[in-house]
Amino acid sequence: MWDNIQILVAAPVFNVQLLLNGLLIGAVFGLAAYGLALVWGVTNVKNLAQGDFVMFGGYLGYELSKHGLHPIFALIPVAAVMYVFGWIVYKLVVSRVIQRELFTSLLATFGLAIVMQQSMNLLFGPEVRTVESGFKTRELFDGLVTVTDIRMISFVLCGLLALALVLFMKKSRMGQAIRATAQDARAARVMGVDTERVYAFTFSLNAAICGVAGVLISMIWVLQPFYGIAYSVRAFVIVTAAGLGNLPGVIVMALGLGAIEQYSGFVLGAQFQQATVVGLLLIALIWRRLLLQRHRQALQ
Amino acid sequence: MSRNSIILHCAILAAGIVAPLLFPGLVFQFAMLWIMILFALTWDVLGGQMGYNSLGNILFFGFGMYICAITQIGMFYNVAEYTAAFGAIKVDFTDQQYYVGLALGLVLAAVACALVAALLSWVLFGLRGPYFAIGTLGAALAAAELTGAWNYVGGGGGISMPVFPGEPGVRSLFFYSLCMAASIACYFFLRWLYGTRFGLALNAIRDDEDKAEAMGLHTNRYKMVAWSISAFFLGIVGGLFGNMTGFIEPMEVAYPTLTFGIFMVAMTLLGGKGTLWGPVIGATLFHVVKEVTWTYLLGWQYVALGLLIIVNVVYFQQGIMGWMQERWPQRFGLVVDSEGAVASRENAP
Repeated sequence: MWDNIQILVAAPVFNVQLLLNGLLIGAVFGLAAYGLALVWGVTNVKNLAQGDFVMFGGYLGYELSKHGLHPIFALIPVAAVMYVFGWIVYKLVVSRVIQRELFTSLLATFGLAIVMQQSMNLLFGPEVRTVESGFKTRELFDGLVTVTDIRMISFVLCGLLALALVLFMKKSRMGQAIRATAQDARAARVMGVDTERVYAFTFSLNAAICGVAGVLISMIWVLQPFYGIAYSVRAFVIVTAAGLGNLPGVIVMALGLGAIEQYSGFVLGAQFQQATVVGLLLIALIWRRLLLQRHRQALQ
Repeated sequence: MSRNSIILHCAILAAGIVAPLLFPGLVFQFAMLWIMILFALTWDVLGGQMGYNSLGNILFFGFGMYICAITQIGMFYNVAEYTAAFGAIKVDFTDQQYYVGLALGLVLAAVACALVAALLSWVLFGLRGPYFAIGTLGAALAAAELTGAWNYVGGGGGISMPVFPGEPGVRSLFFYSLCMAASIACYFFLRWLYGTRFGLALNAIRDDEDKAEAMGLHTNRYKMVAWSISAFFLGIVGGLFGNMTGFIEPMEVAYPTLTFGIFMVAMTLLGGKGTLWGPVIGATLFHVVKEVTWTYLLGWQYVALGLLIIVNVVYFQQGIMGWMQERWPQRFGLVVDSEGAVASRENAP
């Protein structure tokens, strides 16, 4: 461990490599986290199957690319299929738990996560897969730092999608209805917003966002049926630390999480990468607890 | 205890003693049934009675397993050398060494788990509702990862446990009776506990924690003790399970968050949470159905499990006991106060 830190101090250029990788991957975490925060804020359902949606989207892209479609063009059909998938899941499961106590929805989505990861395991096999996008690898600093073009492209795509989502939420009629429902569902209903449709749309939109994130992950990293839970945990870390309805916070946390993971993977060893994510989750939760405690003291 | 209830208890006890003698091939499965019952009972202390839904109680199962293993081996050998050799060194435990080690290991496992629960509760009970569920899930996942990276206990490679000094038939009966004893002890302890003020305090926390606190209950202490009780029994059964399987490793055996960890929740919900018998019924039904159908599902078992959880949660939340209580309230000594119900409905906002 100390040896690795010494390497980082002695050769600062490695830091560039780690940071760059972290930021480029973190952008995709940000997409999944944004979807989670969206559903959380609007329907108050905490979707534990978030990461499995991402993996499922990735596998859909993988299947399409096997039939000769370039993975980047697979983004649109995958998003469409995931939208429909999200709608079906919403109608069958989520719509029935929305009004119940919170643990019900949590457990229902956890059950969904199990169903999805096991089905993917049976359908696509347990191997670790990746989709070849066919882009070049760039070398910076005389070949000490390497960046694949696809990671840059995916970073830009994430940014564009985030921008589109923000504009959609601000400008469109549906986006306004979503924001109104998130603020106060009852008042929104009184004002004539069809909240049921808003819920269904939000959940389906989240699934589509996850689908896009999954296709990007399939190109810049790896797919495996059981890696979904790691993405769920990451999304939870980001949203818990950033807070709901805080888009800049989500972006900063997502990029930061990507970088922290790369660093811990390098310093502590790859076997600790998962543990780092989970450890960060606990830290984020405790941080929230301390915040709450301060509020309570203020009340006293 | 009424007469019927005494007869029921005696019948279950008799079945528990006779079953392994009648079907010697299934002793391991019967032992697992008792373990499952204990899982569901301990989960219900928090999930049902106190309203804190933990997804990470399996943490104590695995922790107890490792504490027990380390004690059993560490009393007579160097644990690091033992695990590093992956069973290559010839180790012999005499009868006396084995039994003393096992007894001490189980006691230490139980106590250590209760202590860990007390420590963790300081951190995790500040979280409420879904945050608690996610936090405990995170703790269990982290424990599995960290144990897997800890070379002293063999890391991901695991530890092969000391060999039982005796016939295989005796061995399975020995562990069967220990599992049965642990479950029964747990059942009677909880039965007594739910009748005391402590049980009432747990229910008060479930119904409205802020009001309970305002009434002067030290909710944090109650929560801590309740979790420690769960952890105590889970630690014992973890140590037993490690010895029963003979080989332990972090992911599949010690911290199986996605199998046993989620089974406990599913079984309790199936039987009806917040009742004493619900977990017992749920665990029995779940385990029997699982054992009978598991092999015919050809890989789709876990999909079926997930579907069961979804259907259970979405369409049948009250569980079997809850359903029976709704159906025949008088049988359970519940009086339906229809006038009061109407009045409270009118007063409700």
